[in-house]
Amino acid sequence: MLTAKNQKRDAASLLIKGGHVIDPAAKINAPMDILLRDGRVAEVALPNKTRGGADEKFDARGSIVAPGFIDLHVHLREPGQSHKETIASGTAAAAAGGFTSVCTMPNTSPVVDTDEWVAWLRRPERGAVVNVFPIAAATRGSRGQSLTDFAALQRAGAVAVTDDGKPILDDEVMRAALRLGAELNLPVVQHAEDTRITEHCSMHEGPTSFRLGLRGMPAAAEASIVDRDVSLAQQIRESRLHVAHLSTSDALKAVRRGKRARARVTCEVTPHHFTLLDSDVGEYNTNFKMNPPLRSASDREAILVALADGTVDAIATDHAPHAAHEKQVEFEHAAFGITGLETALALAITKLHREHKIPLARIVELFTSGPARVFDLRGRGSLQRGNFADVTIFDPKKRWTFDAVKSHSLSRNTPFDGWQLTGKVVATIVGGKMTYPAD
Amino acid sequence: MNKPVRGSLLGIEHLEQNEILGLLKLARRMNPQKPRPLLRNKRVVLLFYEASTRTRSSFEIAAKSLGATTTLVQSSGSSVEKGESLIDTGYTLRAVGADVIVIRHPSAGAPELMAKHLDIPVINAGDGMHEHPSQALLDTFTILKHKKTLKGLQLAIIGDIVHSRVARSACHLLTKFGVKITLCGPPEFVPEVAATLAPGLRISRHPEEALRGVDVIMLLRVQKERLAGQKIGLQEYIAHYQMSPARLKLARRDAIVMHPGPIIRGLELTSEVADGAQSVIVDEVRNGVPVRMAILARAVGKAK
Repeated sequence: MLTAKNQKRDAASLLIKGGHVIDPAAKINAPMDILLRDGRVAEVALPNKTRGGADEKFDARGSIVAPGFIDLHVHLREPGQSHKETIASGTAAAAAGGFTSVCTMPNTSPVVDTDEWVAWLRRPERGAVVNVFPIAAATRGSRGQSLTDFAALQRAGAVAVTDDGKPILDDEVMRAALRLGAELNLPVVQHAEDTRITEHCSMHEGPTSFRLGLRGMPAAAEASIVDRDVSLAQQIRESRLHVAHLSTSDALKAVRRGKRARARVTCEVTPHHFTLLDSDVGEYNTNFKMNPPLRSASDREAILVALADGTVDAIATDHAPHAAHEKQVEFEHAAFGITGLETALALAITKLHREHKIPLARIVELFTSGPARVFDLRGRGSLQRGNFADVTIFDPKKRWTFDAVKSHSLSRNTPFDGWQLTGKVVATIVGGKMTYPAD
Repeated sequence: MNKPVRGSLLGIEHLEQNEILGLLKLARRMNPQKPRPLLRNKRVVLLFYEASTRTRSSFEIAAKSLGATTTLVQSSGSSVEKGESLIDTGYTLRAVGADVIVIRHPSAGAPELMAKHLDIPVINAGDGMHEHPSQALLDTFTILKHKKTLKGLQLAIIGDIVHSRVARSACHLLTKFGVKITLCGPPEFVPEVAATLAPGLRISRHPEEALRGVDVIMLLRVQKERLAGQKIGLQEYIAHYQMSPARLKLARRDAIVMHPGPIIRGLELTSEVADGAQSVIVDEVRNGVPVRMAILARAVGKAK
């Protein structure tokens, strides 16, 4: 509830009162008030102890007040595929899901492989309502052959490089990417899939793919690439490897090996991989088709353990909108991917917190300081004084039903339509501005 | 998206025992020589995205002998070539007056997709590597002409199981009735995961072991191109797995030999076996007509 002395929405200052602040990076998990001023965090104080005045107040009683959520992996489809999503619609969905920052994947049309395209993504005309951090292509046209100009891309605002959707298979190209990334302190994000053995595959290889007569992607197709990449990251000093949407138990083993060896290896996990199984594909439901595919129960079990024990650095949605006609086709021909921005928090609370007893503070970490560290998003991921005034306020007990038709995304390809979930975003504040709910 | 219309036949996996028994009973009452006009004024569309001889002709003859008119639509020479989606093709065929669509498609799940969007029954005439329900029904029909009951029968399926919709449908159907099935072939054709398809499936790498004492032998076609690049070569496959008179002797004396066709003589079986007294391969084809008459009658006929 917003009570304003003056009704100006772009208030220079906002006091968030009565909430319970969880800020893992600052080690805060207590009732606190937060004063935002001029786009920054001005004060974090015990209840009723803020000193400065505020133009507006937000009553956060009964809610958790957290640093703004960061999604390391979204597809906003611009340039070139605005029938699926636009930066405006995708960031509106992000705000509704509690995300104040999203990192966009470069597999658009054309591929974001130049500094001009990186700059284009960040222009105000795109209509973004949350912070957009572009990830640029690692190789020209994401063809996996010659590296892009990492330095120019970084100067233009790219926070990492990747050929997402495709892996960098060639050992020498991957080695070169990690080396150049190391020089620039730029993470290389890998979509780990040995596409030499997953051709024509449309789901995980296992009893369900056999039953449905679909060609299956073996778990080893992911693990073998992660294994190689971790070995390279261990060899190349200061290189930074980030494993996108990790989905298998064996890939986690490789990440653990890298982390134990103090290599700069990080990884993210999606809500659908900690929630669903390959058997949920049922009778060819294309809203359960994504890449990496839904995996076996033992893979999901390993992921849940890794989310709890700190091996996983971030929850990322891999929000991948597609138009209805791209999904309402034969399973083998359907596009890979599902939307995810608006269900991520609720799935984390429903599945990780309530079902698997992972503390809320750990979940908040996976959405905030965890991802902020992966891509060095300075001034974000924590509510320490002076940081950006990005805040996510949510009610961890609120029960609600997700209705895909009401999604802010242009697309409806979600497996969670009609799901009863617990935990709902109350407000999303970006740079001190109330962004969700909108007027 | 809706539930498939009653009378659709998309696969065996989700059929109840009594539905299967009902179809088999109806098939026994169907006489292609003296058919009843159960499908008079009905339009049956045969939508074939893949080559087919026996399934197509058998559905066509079944439909016509029940008094229906049939229309054959093939992917080449139709709007499919122009990029029309499967669902739109379905809407089009419905709009021109189809009462039932019989579909053969290279993609697993295609009949399911069509059925979810149409208000007429859809019959799966084989979808990718998924299911071939009418084949499983006619195979069961054929077995029951030679064996009193299914319960307790021992059956060996030998060949390329992983790529076979016939094998999947047969496993679903026969295990529902207590048939004990051994899947036999090299790991390339019979991966360990195959045993998870239905309860009580066994895997064997040796025909000598799989065949001992069986009542029914079901052979599957082996496509030479699928042996390319595999560990097991063509000559090795023939040496290990080809059904020969000597191997046939390992089965029960009254065992029958089945094959969904097309058979490749000299590869998965010898001519002596194909043409021998125990072979029911031609009977299977013959039995396809009354079984498909029953499937169509159940889908759109007056008598159900």
